Amino acid sequence: MTAPIDTDPRIQEYAHPERLVTTAWLAEHLGDEGIVVVESDEDVLLYETGHIPGAVKIDWHTDLNDPTVREYIPGDEFAALLSSKGISKDTTIILYGDKNNWWAAYAAWVFTIYGHEDVRLLDGGRGKWIAEGRELTTEVPNPASGNYPVAERDDVTFRIFKEGVLEHIGRGPLVDIRSFPEYTGERLHIPDYPEEGVLRGGHIPTAANVPWATAVAEDGTYKTRAELEAIYQEGGLGLTADDNIVTYCRIGERSSHTWFALHFLLGLENVKNYDGSWTEWGNAVRVPIVKGEEAGALV
Amino acid sequence: MTTTGQQIEDLPSTLGEIREEFLAVPERERLQLLLEFSRELPDLPPRYQHAPGLLERVEECQSPVRAFAEVGTDGTVNLYATAPEEAPTTRGFASILVQGIAGLSPDEVLAIPDDYPTWLGLDRAVSPLRLRGMAGILQRTKRQIREQLIANSAAT
Repeated sequence: MTAPIDTDPRIQEYAHPERLVTTAWLAEHLGDEGIVVVESDEDVLLYETGHIPGAVKIDWHTDLNDPTVREYIPGDEFAALLSSKGISKDTTIILYGDKNNWWAAYAAWVFTIYGHEDVRLLDGGRGKWIAEGRELTTEVPNPASGNYPVAERDDVTFRIFKEGVLEHIGRGPLVDIRSFPEYTGERLHIPDYPEEGVLRGGHIPTAANVPWATAVAEDGTYKTRAELEAIYQEGGLGLTADDNIVTYCRIGERSSHTWFALHFLLGLENVKNYDGSWTEWGNAVRVPIVKGEEAGALV
Repeated sequence: MTTTGQQIEDLPSTLGEIREEFLAVPERERLQLLLEFSRELPDLPPRYQHAPGLLERVEECQSPVRAFAEVGTDGTVNLYATAPEEAPTTRGFASILVQGIAGLSPDEVLAIPDDYPTWLGLDRAVSPLRLRGMAGILQRTKRQIREQLIANSAAT
């Protein structure tokens, strides 16, 4: 029972229009059976201050991450988490959040590697919904438990680990979506963000720097397909449908936003997100690093 | 563990009461309590509203929070802080410290354990990474007080 696709002409231009919905579409379909709206924010309290009516909350840190190992929760816990939010395997999940969907896109990537089929982003996220004066509530829904089967995570198709990235260097494009000072190694963390204890600055050899926000329009939505193509494909970064592409950032969240654009909006088949990202690479022993503005080569 | 009985008894009374408030409710409800604190963060006094440069950016916080601790002419400390509405967690952290520090002596503030944020039972509800933001505000508060104490003693 898949929810209808948003027929907005701008959305229809994307390679997978079934992955993005406008605020108008969501307003119309709020409360529809088979749809669960999920808020995922950087700020753990933002949902409590007011959220889209009927939306449940899933936190990237306290819900999706294993508290001990640096890994996502096991498949049985993922199933229990989604069931507790009233989500079943065939539910249409609409994700939205703060910071232009930065964390919502991260959740969309995590849900995708766990094999959830129908995951969509609310284009423009929380910011656009509020800017349009749409309804918010502090009422927390109490959904009937879903019946989510134990999920099996696919760590191959859209995910890559450090060893895989080492082999990838020189064989395909790497997209570093951090800020330019992080890319050059001048800074070890996001401007205005806390230092997270990385020992080395710079980037993975051959990586091109396209900060994630390059893909975002002024109102927080994704840029149009033509604009995204000009940034990432011919005339821009030069990515093609035949490329095996790897995106990374600091812990894999911002790069999920770019992963989503490359894979679902531009339709590039082979895009993997390296969630170890710089907090692993910049601390790993004897991995190659390039400092400065040049992409560099594997030597 | 640093949460020995001795240290808890040494906490200034308001900070101790805030800690008890948090520990008295189940883990899930602690977020709600933090939200209440975020709503109680007072506006900046006019002299800071008109001179935001006096406030120091707290780098450990994910959201832009600015704070300044001041040793007043009566010898007591007040902390002033501001953070955007869309950063309620950060506002909550700041509000706890603003309320807990108000009216203390400089020595009492300097004696607050640096890991006080981890005493509130919020590790699982909020995550240790986010709690570092609160520790950052506390560390800056102490440094600013030390600087003022040195400046004041040099002036007399």
